[in-house]
Amino acid sequence: MTGLGEYAAEILLAYVVSIALIVALVGMSWARARRAKRLLDEMEGPRE
Amino acid sequence: MSIWEYANPKRFIAVSDRVVPWLSWLAAVLLVVGLGWGFFFVPRAENFEYSVKIIYVHVPSAMMAINIWVMMLVASLVWLIRRHHVSALAARAAAGVGLVMTVMALFTGAVWGQPMWGTWWAWDPRLTSFLILFLFYLGYLALWAAVEDPDAAADLTSVLCLVGSVFAVLSRYAVNFWNQGLHQGATLSLDAEENIADVYWFPLLVCLAGFVVLFLALVFVRTTTEIRLRRVAALQRREAMA
Repeated sequence: MTGLGEYAAEILLAYVVSIALIVALVGMSWARARRAKRLLDEMEGPRE
Repeated sequence: MSIWEYANPKRFIAVSDRVVPWLSWLAAVLLVVGLGWGFFFVPRAENFEYSVKIIYVHVPSAMMAINIWVMMLVASLVWLIRRHHVSALAARAAAGVGLVMTVMALFTGAVWGQPMWGTWWAWDPRLTSFLILFLFYLGYLALWAAVEDPDAAADLTSVLCLVGSVFAVLSRYAVNFWNQGLHQGATLSLDAEENIADVYWFPLLVCLAGFVVLFLALVFVRTTTEIRLRRVAALQRREAMA
């Protein structure tokens, strides 16, 4: 099971920062995708 | 059906809407299993102690940082040769992901290097070429943002991508070209005797698959976003002229 030994701080830091970067990337991509879809729907909506 | 039919923005969005949910779930499962396996269950290694666990975030992010640039190169060539807008937008969409992967690789490399080499940073061939790759990602995204005309931006960024490919290749093969510096040789090898032991290799494979699938999902989402934003800009221009 989990053993981090004397490098626990470095291992935890690497995982926490990596996971935070992935979550931020996914979150920002998703939010921007929703905003773009909403904008386009608003602009194209009245034409249909 | 020809692959070029997917260069049609509407068809691309239809395909993206279908595959993204599947890719997202698959990426989530692979990453949870791979990173969980690497963090909780991998034993200590003889030379690296428990710091070997860092390879499960460092190696996949470093491989993605290089390979995303290669994907951008292919998309840029498609734009330059065939003028398909979707390919230029896919390259732009991938660059943001590549930048984050490069930051992750540099950061986790530094965190690993401190206890192993006794320094956060060294002007080692691989580290230096990776830093230059990071600067190319920044420059590529800045160029897209700076040029107003989208076709001119696609042309200029494609040329920049061609130039930056030299550093993507250097980043990959630096440890082979220059037998010096602190960075050890490639972690992965097709030669079973050179490759890392199975107990470290299998969770790494799962992590690599997770990063690749995550990248595919993100590129579909972000390319679709770019297509929609370009359409919004075109409609705004049309309204302004009316």
